Amino acid sequence: MTNSRLFVPLSCVLIFSVLVGIGFIIPQWAMFLATMALAKGLVALGIVILMRAGLVSFGQGLYFCIGAYVSGLMANWTGITDIVLLSILGVLVSVILAAICARLLSGYRGIFFAMLTLSLSMILYGALSKMSIIGGTDGLNVSAPTFLGYAPEGRALGFSLYFYTCLVSVIAGGLIRVYFNSERGLTTLAIRDNELRVEYLGSSVKSAISSGYIMAAAVGGLGGVIAGLAIGHVDPEYAYWTTSGEFVFVAILSGFFSIGAVFASSIVLEVVRSFSNLYFPNTWQLVLGVFLLIVILLLPNGLGSLFSKRRRKGGSE
Amino acid sequence: MDLLAVILVDGLIYGAWLFIVSVGLTLTFGVLNILNMAHGGLYAIGAYTTATAVGIYFANGGDAFPLGSYAVMVFAALLVAVVLGPLLERGLLRHFYDRDHVVIVLVTYGIFLILEDVMKLIWGVTPLFVSEPYSLLGNVEMGPLFYVTYDFLVIGVAIVAGLAVWYVLNRTRQGKVVLAVIHDREMSRTMGVNVNKVFMVSFMAGVFLAALGGALTAPMISVSPGISVNVIILAFAVVIIGGLGSIEGAAIGALFVGIARAASVHMLPAAELFIIYLVMAAVLVFRPEGLFPKTEARKI
Repeated sequence: MTNSRLFVPLSCVLIFSVLVGIGFIIPQWAMFLATMALAKGLVALGIVILMRAGLVSFGQGLYFCIGAYVSGLMANWTGITDIVLLSILGVLVSVILAAICARLLSGYRGIFFAMLTLSLSMILYGALSKMSIIGGTDGLNVSAPTFLGYAPEGRALGFSLYFYTCLVSVIAGGLIRVYFNSERGLTTLAIRDNELRVEYLGSSVKSAISSGYIMAAAVGGLGGVIAGLAIGHVDPEYAYWTTSGEFVFVAILSGFFSIGAVFASSIVLEVVRSFSNLYFPNTWQLVLGVFLLIVILLLPNGLGSLFSKRRRKGGSE
Repeated sequence: MDLLAVILVDGLIYGAWLFIVSVGLTLTFGVLNILNMAHGGLYAIGAYTTATAVGIYFANGGDAFPLGSYAVMVFAALLVAVVLGPLLERGLLRHFYDRDHVVIVLVTYGIFLILEDVMKLIWGVTPLFVSEPYSLLGNVEMGPLFYVTYDFLVIGVAIVAGLAVWYVLNRTRQGKVVLAVIHDREMSRTMGVNVNKVFMVSFMAGVFLAALGGALTAPMISVSPGISVNVIILAFAVVIIGGLGSIEGAAIGALFVGIARAASVHMLPAAELFIIYLVMAAVLVFRPEGLFPKTEARKI
């Protein structure tokens, strides 16, 4: 199925056109929900990259927050509102920071990796909360983005943002699929099974994990830029551990086999949350918890395993 | 009284509290290999149950013998452990033992979310106050400062709890069986150890310690929704600093964090929010698996 070289680009174009087509039909609230779900899906995608190496980052909120703050601060300080430029800047800052952190983090495994990433993100949270010059815990407002000179308003703005989000999500998803199928991407799966063997066979586990982490940061920053612009407000909560926990939630929900499943899970989570917020305002956490337990119990390899019988059977380890 | 002494006393008090809320977590991890995120929820349930139980105690003539409220607190924690321990371990967690570490963390996160709302359903969202046990013992004067005697009671309980766990694990027959299970589940099973029972009892002990932490804290704070969230991360930090599954490690980690926080409150208040994470990151940089890591054989 994935043998053909054209498979990835073709399916990307197909998915993109379907998504945009849906954008013409759905109401504005659903479009906002979908934009947020895709943005968060991008961050969760980063966790999935690491999950393939058997690592879980409990601190992707760090890059989500940095992306969002870059877009907010740039818009406020320099007046740059172009979404493409902001995305590039957000990704760049995330990647630089990740390259520094990766040197430290690539030596850690399991729960220690999770806790160290978590503590990095909480340090940012604490620091931002105390910096009154950029709003402290209140955060700051982000002005509406422009799209290469085009400055829409109202529904057109929502749609443009949705269009852009679909575009970058599909491109990022396609690129990461290519990476997953590459030699280096497959090495990460081997690390999950047994990293000592990978070392003995001559690959560097550390560098594979570092590059995975940097990629995860890049999509995390990108998701943050979009989320910040879509909400129009950023605050330190973006880096709080419960935000990171949500991304892990999505990643576990989707499993690490299918990229489409990551975005699908993100949308499912967003929908479940919105509706249980609406219909069970006092017990939505209960609904979410039960939902999570049911998924883990019934779909050991995540929603992604629904899409492929082969993976459902033998893909656990 | 100079600054250093103040920091030490404050740090000791806070560290003792941290130890009580985190020792159960490290115990659960040590025996069952589960990093229990629901720990914070169990702590909060302990606090709520205590608030209710102590309230009932004083409403029904407890004033005649106010010290009895301390017994009520311990009883409340025991009640939580006996009811929720087997329910969660036998009813839910055991189905996930053969699954990935992270998946189990997510399962306990699910339990945590459920407990959050169950608490709201049972106790509502209005804060509960039971300050009687807190003021019961009066104050202690230390130089120019007054400390509430209850705070020193917390230190006492921390020491007793730590020694008790250590004694049971290392000096009793049952404790040695638990250590054997930690070392090798399968081998213990072939030697006739009822591993399921060891798991259940250890988990109950973990729940009891979490609830006891909540019970001790209830008189000091207003018991309201949301108290559980911070406790999880604090306890995680302490346990990670100490080395997962190590009781001594948890004690030293708690002291570390307690003193660091006290120092930051007195000298650098802006850092108070994240000093714990800073300490955790710093410790992990130099000791990648905490201060007292479990040794594990490399599997090729």
